[in-house]
Amino acid sequence: MLGSSKKYIRSSQKPRKSILISLFNNLLKLPKIYLLPILLSPQFAFAEYGFNLPEGVTSVSKNIYGLHMIIFWVCVAIAIIVFGAMIYSMIFHRKSRGAVASNFHESTAIELLWTLVPLAILIAIAVPSTRVLIDLENTDEADMTVKITGYQWKWQYEYIEQDISFFSNLTDTQRNAIKDDASREGMKNYLLEVDNHLVLPVGKRIRFLMTSNDVIHSWWVRELGVKQDANPGFINDAWAKIDKPGIYRGQCAELCGKDHGFMPVVVEAVSEADYATWLNDQKEKQKAIAASSGKEWSQEDLMAQGQKVYSSTCASCHGVTGAGIPGVFPALTGSSIANNSDPKGHIDIVLNGKAGTAMQAYGKQLSDSDLAAVITYERNALGNKVGDLVQPSTIKSAR
Amino acid sequence: MSTTTTDLQDEIDAIEGSHAGHDDHHHGPEKGLLRWVKTTNHKDIGTLYIWFAFTMLLIGGAMAMVIRAELFQPGLQLVEPQFFNQMTTLHGLIMVFGAIMPAFVGLANWQIPLMIGAKDMALPRMNNWSFWILPFAGAMLLSTLFMQGGGPAFGWTFYAPLSTTFAPDSTDFFIFAVHMLGFSSIMGAINVIATILNMRAPDMKLMDMPLFVWTWLITAFLLIAAMPVLAGAVTMMLTDRNFGTSFFDAAGGGDPVMFQHIFWFFGHPEVYIMILPAFGVVSQIIPTFARKPLFGYSSMVYATASIALLSFVVWAHHMFLTGMPVAGQLYFMYATIMISVPTGVKVFNWVTTMWRGSMTFETPMLWAVAFVILFTIGGFSGLMLGIAPADIQYHDTYFVVAHFHYVLVTGALFSIIAAVFYWLPKWCGRMYNEKLAKIHFWWAVISVNVLFFPQHFLGLAGMPRRIPDYSLQFADFNMISSIGGFAFGASFILLTYIIVDAIRNGEPVTENRVWESAKGLEWTVPTPAPYHTFDTPPGKKQILAESSHIGEH
Repeated sequence: MLGSSKKYIRSSQKPRKSILISLFNNLLKLPKIYLLPILLSPQFAFAEYGFNLPEGVTSVSKNIYGLHMIIFWVCVAIAIIVFGAMIYSMIFHRKSRGAVASNFHESTAIELLWTLVPLAILIAIAVPSTRVLIDLENTDEADMTVKITGYQWKWQYEYIEQDISFFSNLTDTQRNAIKDDASREGMKNYLLEVDNHLVLPVGKRIRFLMTSNDVIHSWWVRELGVKQDANPGFINDAWAKIDKPGIYRGQCAELCGKDHGFMPVVVEAVSEADYATWLNDQKEKQKAIAASSGKEWSQEDLMAQGQKVYSSTCASCHGVTGAGIPGVFPALTGSSIANNSDPKGHIDIVLNGKAGTAMQAYGKQLSDSDLAAVITYERNALGNKVGDLVQPSTIKSAR
Repeated sequence: MSTTTTDLQDEIDAIEGSHAGHDDHHHGPEKGLLRWVKTTNHKDIGTLYIWFAFTMLLIGGAMAMVIRAELFQPGLQLVEPQFFNQMTTLHGLIMVFGAIMPAFVGLANWQIPLMIGAKDMALPRMNNWSFWILPFAGAMLLSTLFMQGGGPAFGWTFYAPLSTTFAPDSTDFFIFAVHMLGFSSIMGAINVIATILNMRAPDMKLMDMPLFVWTWLITAFLLIAAMPVLAGAVTMMLTDRNFGTSFFDAAGGGDPVMFQHIFWFFGHPEVYIMILPAFGVVSQIIPTFARKPLFGYSSMVYATASIALLSFVVWAHHMFLTGMPVAGQLYFMYATIMISVPTGVKVFNWVTTMWRGSMTFETPMLWAVAFVILFTIGGFSGLMLGIAPADIQYHDTYFVVAHFHYVLVTGALFSIIAAVFYWLPKWCGRMYNEKLAKIHFWWAVISVNVLFFPQHFLGLAGMPRRIPDYSLQFADFNMISSIGGFAFGASFILLTYIIVDAIRNGEPVTENRVWESAKGLEWTVPTPAPYHTFDTPPGKKQILAESSHIGEH
């Protein structure tokens, strides 16, 4: 029983060659749906089978899971009584069975009863719910704070006490698999992998501060029991104390535009020692980036780096080929800004964005060298041929 | 003034359908297509509303098919994400404002005057206008799909700033369309209230009214209170987009969360606007086929009224994750779960009405029973969603999608289908094909559960709503759901055939009382219902005899 269910889920990861074959495969699998009631029984840790919430790895997520199961079973009990009475009545009180209709139509006692009993059940549910809610909303006494900023369509993580900050994008491999059946085959965590994980220590009380740079996003990791809207111009908070090292995945949960489905969250919980090592590495990395913007770059280096930055940062709106989406996102191919022999306007719009549109101020997001590279790329690729180079030093002075 | 007395008299007669010694053409409908443009007759307008709603249902349903086809398997196969978002947005808007609401207004137009012994609606010309706004508003909304930049792509809840700063240019057309839909609804609601309060038979007390009339009266008040708030929200969007205001822009001192407060102050009553008339329909149908008076008539009325009142004080349960203070969340949680008490009373009353009845299961009864069971399942998931801490895990997932489709498709839509089968023979004097209708029922009721039940699992397993592509572990349930979706979609082809076949070739029905134990004044007029009914109001005796809650007196 247990084994076959595991197979059922693992097989769902399998690639699909054609709709018909997969339809057939699925029809073969369908009968297993009937095993659902058994799978839903409490002795199975059915979280892994994708039918139910996971218990998660924080006290908050476990409390929520407990509440969820209480309400679920209350609903099941009520359903059995109500639907049971209905089905009994539909079987035995039929005209075809010779049932004669009685004429009763009110009873104060029974109506009072079925007002008061549900009320009592609700109060019984409300008490633990209140306790859980008050606990999960209390973000005091945090050991560390991470500020999370939503962007269309990526996340920025800032470790407030450590002066570390980075962006987290869906990886290119994942993005390319969206329209490529072959590379999606057997892919692990399709759409749920990012270039930079949010690395957090276990056993620490972590406060999250959520905000947004553009539209409303919502940061969600089920195993942490955290889902909180990121509103532009306002800061929300949540907290988690992770019990177990591991990788926990989530997604943006508030419709935030075109690529709402493609901004995953990946949390990597590590031991305190590993966390300290990681912090050091990050600081070294940031130093290296700062150093790279001092030097003069070659055309090949600029174009190669520019292509990388373009595909992770710009392509989701302006398109892989620079064609944009007419009426929503302007094309870069042939654009007057990107093709002007003076790069000033181009640098300005990339650095400072364009107010009132989805064009963000990338000066705050990218390093001088990345900006120089991507601007050079946009001017000399995507069908544009200006022929100039933009160096990190130019960006530095334009800031 | 050049208007002669005779012209004026003609006009009054045309509106009132009077017999008073005038030309024959006032007695029946006008010939030709102009009849439908100029009509002020409640039955004509009811028919127009219902056909309009059905057309919109098919268009919105076609969009749902696009959505389910794209979600059939992982990866993007058919549409681009931006178009996918347009589909989810317009599917929601069209189903809510184009299909469910107009269908109920159509039922109200046909049935309320017949059920309260009135000649017509109180404001027949406004009635005509409130209908004829709709096709233009609907066409304008749909036309945005063909504009540069595409149609609205920010969800039917159109949260700012996605719908203001970050929206396509066509959004201004969307705003105007919402304004027009709002006008139409408000006028429809005024008409319903004026009709019920002023036009019912003089001997009919409020507590003599059939439940369908009661639920519509309460719904109409909800409409009048809620729709202007929606108009306010879209107007603020309009000025934010075009006139430099910052209602929803923090950079200018505004607040995007305020948009959600305003939207849901409309939006929550709106969901009851779509379900209260459904309660009314089911409360008419179950007693008929259980051959037993409705259990707890007065508690049904009070429960409806208390649901309506509560619906105005629970809006922020849609916003538990926006950063509300704990006290706010607690209040909205308590208020929300309270709604399950009066809703429970209704379900218990329906079940008790069936209890020890003498039931038969003609098609309208099948739909009504399916409504009670499936709507209750939607109610359970609603209770779960109302628990603020648990909502952290449910919010914006497919669990929510499953929840509101259970209450709106197997709730509101099922009751509309039940109502059409129940009253169609009275409207057109012909019986539908019972065998085909039953096949259709089972086809639809099975496929709709294959469609929506797995979505509970998808949501709990972590699939967010409004995404065009998903991780591989969601593949199986999505495919099952899509298969159910295609089957459910196809069932409407059969439904169309059954209805058209009934109207054209159905077996003629001549009994006034189409269903043997149906109660209600609508069953005292000839079948098919003549163009003008109740020129003289029914008397006290007849009203009491036709009360579906006999014994209350």
